Amino acid sequence: MSVKIDVRNVTKSFTSDKGPLPVIGGVSFSVADGEFVAIVGPSGCGKSTLMNIIAGFERADAGTVTVEGAGTDRNGPSPKGIVISQHGSVFPWLTVQQNLMFGLNGDGHGNKALLADHYAAMVGLKGFETSYPHELSGGMLKRVELARALVVKPEILYMDEPFSALDALMNLRMRTELLRILDEERHTVLLITHDVEEAIYMADRIMVLSPRPTTIQTTFDVSLPHPRRLSSPAAQELREAILLELGLQVI
Amino acid sequence: MLTAGAIGMRLKRVLPPLAVMAAIVAVWWIVVVETESAIFPTPWQVVTGALELAQDGTLWDHIGASLFRVGTGFLLAMLFAIPLGLWMGWVGGAYLTLNPIFQMLRPISPIAWIPLAILWFGVGDVSPIFLIFISSVFPMIVQTTSGVHTIERRYLRAAANFGVSRSVLFRQVVIPAVLPQIIVGMRIGIGVAWLVVVAAEMIALRSGLGYMIMDSRNAGNRYDLVIAGMIIIGLIGLMLDGATRLLERLKTVRWRYVR
Repeated sequence: MSVKIDVRNVTKSFTSDKGPLPVIGGVSFSVADGEFVAIVGPSGCGKSTLMNIIAGFERADAGTVTVEGAGTDRNGPSPKGIVISQHGSVFPWLTVQQNLMFGLNGDGHGNKALLADHYAAMVGLKGFETSYPHELSGGMLKRVELARALVVKPEILYMDEPFSALDALMNLRMRTELLRILDEERHTVLLITHDVEEAIYMADRIMVLSPRPTTIQTTFDVSLPHPRRLSSPAAQELREAILLELGLQVI
Repeated sequence: MLTAGAIGMRLKRVLPPLAVMAAIVAVWWIVVVETESAIFPTPWQVVTGALELAQDGTLWDHIGASLFRVGTGFLLAMLFAIPLGLWMGWVGGAYLTLNPIFQMLRPISPIAWIPLAILWFGVGDVSPIFLIFISSVFPMIVQTTSGVHTIERRYLRAAANFGVSRSVLFRQVVIPAVLPQIIVGMRIGIGVAWLVVVAAEMIALRSGLGYMIMDSRNAGNRYDLVIAGMIIIGLIGLMLDGATRLLERLKTVRWRYVR
C-alpha cells in the first residue's frame, strides 16, 4: 500500500511567559492509503496541535509533513483532508442542504443539490435537507458535519475527538455509522481521541503519545476482524495494555 | 384563526401596559381639571387637536416629511456603514487606522453638529438628513465591525479547509455570521435617527413633527398639539423599532436567538 501521510521529526513549541514551552518533541510516523490510524494520549499532550500541523492549520517548528498528492507547495489546509472536530463547524445560518453544498463550489461536481442529497441520505438525514442546524440534535449535527466532509470526496478525514461532545449512547452509534460509511467509501482516517475503546473499535493501528513534549510512546496494531466486540478477551487485553501505557493500572 | 387560548395569552400580555396607560391618562385628566389650568390641555383636547390636524392634512405632511428625512439619512448611513464595518472588521490595518477616529466622533451628540449642518447645507432637507446620517452611521459601523471580530474561529477554519473562494467566504460565511449584529446596529441606528430628526426639525425648517411641536407653541400656545406631536413621535418610534425587529425573524438569523 502506498503511503498517504508521512510525518518526519516534527517538533513544535509555544511561547509562554516562562519561555518556550515544547509541545511536540519529535514525532515521526506514516499512514498508508486507506488506513485508519488512531492517536491516543493524555489530555494536554499536544494531540490537537499535532493534528493541526498535519492538516495544515499550523506550522511545525522543524520536520516535515508530506501528504501524498498534495504537492510540495503545501502551505495550508486543503479540501483533500477535511477536519471534523469536537465542537463541530456546521454553519448555523445555512440549511442542511446548503451546508452540504458549501464545499462544492469548484467545477466538475455536477448537480450539487443531487450530490448533497445523496450524502444526506447516506448519513441518515433524509427528510432534513431544509432544516436549520438549530432544529437538529447533537447526533444529527455530527452527521451533517460528516456528510459535508464526505461530499467533497476528501482523501483524508482528520477527526479530532469527533464524538466526545455527544452523549454515551450516541457516541456508540456514531462509531458504528462511521465504520459503515467508511466501508462504502474508503478514506484514510487519522483519529485523535482520549477514548481508548473508541480507538480499539475502529482503528487499524493505535499510537500512544507520551505527555508533553510528546513523542510516540508505543504503537499497537489492531488485527481484530470487524465488527469488533469490545468485550472479547483480545480487545480487553489490548485495552489494558494501552491504559498501562497511559499510566493507568487496570484492576 | 386564533384559538381562545392564544387570545387569552395575548390579553395577558397587553392588559397590564394598557392599564398603566389608562391610569396615567386618568391622573393627567383629574389634575388638569382640579387645577383649572388655562393652558395645559386635557387628554380629550389633545385628541381633538390631533384630529383637527389630521383632517386638514397637515399632520400627514409633517409625518411624511419626518419619515422621508429619516428614511433617506438612515439608508445612506446603512450603505456607508455596513461595507465599511465589514472592511474594518476584516482588515486589521483598516481597523487600527479608522477605529480611533470613529470612536472619537461617536460620543459627540448629533445635536452638536446642527450649527455645522446649517453652515454647510442651509436649512433645507439636506441638513436633517445629514444629521440623521451622522447619528446612525457610527453605531452601525461599530456593530458591524465587532460582528466580524466575533465570528467564531471554527467557522473560518472550516471555510479555509474547504478551500472556498473569497466571494463564497464572504457571501456564505462572513456576512451571514455578522448579520445578527448588523440588525442590532440597525435597531440602535434607527432609534437615534428618529430621536435626532425631531430635534433637528425644531431649529429652522417648515415641516416635520419637530417643526409642528415648536410651531404649535410659538403660534398661540397650542399645548394640545405639542402633546399630540410628542405622542405621535413616540408611537412612530415604537413602530420603527418593531419593523427592524421583524428582521430578527429572518430564517437565516434565527440561530442567533435560539438557545
